[in-house]
Amino acid sequence: MHEEIIMAGFGGQGVMSMGQLLAYAGMLEDKEVSWLPSYGPEMRGGTANCSVIVSDDLVASPIVTDATAAIIMNKPSLGKFQDVVIPGGSLFVNSSLVDEKCGREDIDIYYIPANDVADEIGNSRVANMVMLGAYIKKTDIVTPDSVINSLKEVLGPSKAHLIPINEEALKKGAEFI
Amino acid sequence: MAKVFERPKSLTDKPFHYCPGCAHGIVHRLVAEVMDELGVQDSTIGVAPVGCAVFAYDYFNCDMHEASHGRAPAVATGIKRVHPDKVVFTYQGDGDLASIGLAEITHAATRGEKFTTIFINNAIYGMTGGQMAPTTLLDQVTTTSPYGRSGDREGYPIRISEMLSTLEGVAYIARVSVHDIKNITNAKRAIKKAFEVQLEGKGFALVEVLSTCPTNWGMDPIEAFKWLEENMIPYYPLGTFKEVK
Amino acid sequence: MAKVLMKGNEAIAEAAIQAGCRYFFGYPITPQNEIPAYMAKKLPKIGGTFIQAESEVSAINMVYGASGAGARVMTSSSSPGISLKQEGISYIAGAELPCMIVNIVRGGPGLGSIQPAQSDYFQATKGGGHGDYHMVVLAPATLQEAVNLVMEGFDIADQYRNPVMLLGDGMLGQMMEPVEFSAYEGRDLPPKTWATTGYDGSRQRNIINSLYIDPKALEEHVQKIYEKYKAIERDEVKVECYNCEGAEIIVAAYGTTSRIVKKVISMAKAEGIDVGLIRPITLWPFPYSTFSEWADREHVKAFLSVEMSMGQMVEDVRLGVDGKRPVYFYGRTGGMVPHPDAILEEIKRIRGDV
Repeated sequence: MHEEIIMAGFGGQGVMSMGQLLAYAGMLEDKEVSWLPSYGPEMRGGTANCSVIVSDDLVASPIVTDATAAIIMNKPSLGKFQDVVIPGGSLFVNSSLVDEKCGREDIDIYYIPANDVADEIGNSRVANMVMLGAYIKKTDIVTPDSVINSLKEVLGPSKAHLIPINEEALKKGAEFI
Repeated sequence: MAKVFERPKSLTDKPFHYCPGCAHGIVHRLVAEVMDELGVQDSTIGVAPVGCAVFAYDYFNCDMHEASHGRAPAVATGIKRVHPDKVVFTYQGDGDLASIGLAEITHAATRGEKFTTIFINNAIYGMTGGQMAPTTLLDQVTTTSPYGRSGDREGYPIRISEMLSTLEGVAYIARVSVHDIKNITNAKRAIKKAFEVQLEGKGFALVEVLSTCPTNWGMDPIEAFKWLEENMIPYYPLGTFKEVK
Repeated sequence: MAKVLMKGNEAIAEAAIQAGCRYFFGYPITPQNEIPAYMAKKLPKIGGTFIQAESEVSAINMVYGASGAGARVMTSSSSPGISLKQEGISYIAGAELPCMIVNIVRGGPGLGSIQPAQSDYFQATKGGGHGDYHMVVLAPATLQEAVNLVMEGFDIADQYRNPVMLLGDGMLGQMMEPVEFSAYEGRDLPPKTWATTGYDGSRQRNIINSLYIDPKALEEHVQKIYEKYKAIERDEVKVECYNCEGAEIIVAAYGTTSRIVKKVISMAKAEGIDVGLIRPITLWPFPYSTFSEWADREHVKAFLSVEMSMGQMVEDVRLGVDGKRPVYFYGRTGGMVPHPDAILEEIKRIRGDV
């Protein structure tokens, strides 16, 4: 098993933390992982992306050049990253914010209205978790439990009340697969 | 017979290398006497500058650091933070402190670093051969202000004590002179105060000592002390600029 | 101890704390800002001191003061900031003081970019500041290795009374990987009898100094330092040889670039091309003899130095190979990272040549 994922969107969409959670969950399952952010002078509002590798083998380069999957949270990111996915890979598009379709036929494409789903369950900020839920359902790379355990570690006891809604978001996302 | 005058314990036996009429020797002695009187020789760590006092580590009979040009306050910060229970002082000239090291002295002062700075202001660069210092007076001739310092061309002399005394972290600042016995006595009192302020943990302390450079001023020692009194003191008034009670 | 997922910069800071570093002096610059932030948060809680200095120049001189006073001390910065620290580093080397300096390299020259680069190789390994001196330069490729090298680096600094630089890059500083902080078995270190702790007459006065006005005395002092460097060159070289046995072409790469090269090696293998990697872990002392030994092997036809620079380490690779095999260079610079495909292309081109 060797997954190389690109996650991309606007700053503030939880792109970085989604990637960190996936890497964290992979580590909890004793897999080899890396997380690499894009970093730039813009602190907020710019485009953000990160590369995550989850693998049974040691991670050589943390840079993802041939992605097995991409999670696209906004429109500019679709144009930028749809071609990075290798044939046979998968693309997850946040259709709440991206009205374009990807024309590729050699990859699996899922359109998930992540913001709408997140709003339905009561917190627009868990749109990232909806996408992550779909991704881990499709690839089976880590279990939802590992993601939730990672989230518990990251949030700490003071924000434990946010766990159920995140769990719900992962589940809703999985239903799109 | 009781000795009434002897070399302070806090000075080594090494003879000073300073020029005749230079006040460094006087100020070194005053600092050493204060260290003796406060009984802090064994707990003092000094920092020497780049300038004529570069060899101060040979003269002060305590642990010493030699700093790079202007950086003595940063070095002293490092030392004092490691040894908050020790007495730390820097000894710096006007080029070192007021020109290349202005950022370091200003920020050490505003952080309220608990060390003492002895600032020798003789209005010229000595060691490098008489160049203009930031404290060189208007009309004063140096090798790099050969037509006399002009405010238009070279800018104006900087008053360090006044400037630093506006900073919150400063506990004590005084300007003194060593051109006669009365002033030397006052200078020692101020230096002692600046060490006591450190021992009491009140904050940053600095004593600016108006000093002479007969060699680069082109005067004999007596003329030099007279020039100091008549020219420097009017621009650099003596007194205490800040004292936190 | 369990693995934790950490950002490179934070892992480096935590490793320093676990190595006993309690003093940190720094100044903000991207992409190393997580190091001072971590230190500012943690050090005051464990009796340590963090100061955000007024400049990199001041920060390195605070290091000089604290180190001379006997403390384990660190500073970190990125390329332009390291340039500013060079004066202080020269004084620290001249006064024979131990300390850890972290350089999370970004593109240059000048203000350059904030993306990862390896164009500070010369500055790190060939001096940087004035005078005859060297830093020990450690170049980790993974965060775990960065953690281990920070811990050992403090000991190397103390053992030889010499500054040690950890040379990373923006990618290493910003990425996250699992790391484990297992107890580091420290070296046996001599007591710091030279530190300024107050002179009470029970020992010689301690003077931290790099001024030797008599040229004969300075020459003797520098020669003494170079005796120390000989011992470092003999005992402290670290290098990884990967897949070199049977390799036609050996790539030289360090840090982040070496990880990309490992990917290239598996890509090449899939096409039936045997490529090896010599990865210097210490950039100074440089593993010259490792290159010389592999250059003697019949199966090795050529060397290729891959760097995120216009070709700096390649000069040391040439010294090591010593004309026995051709040495090629491929690099990207300015914050651009070499693409595995481009490196493989270069390898194929060299194969055609030789």
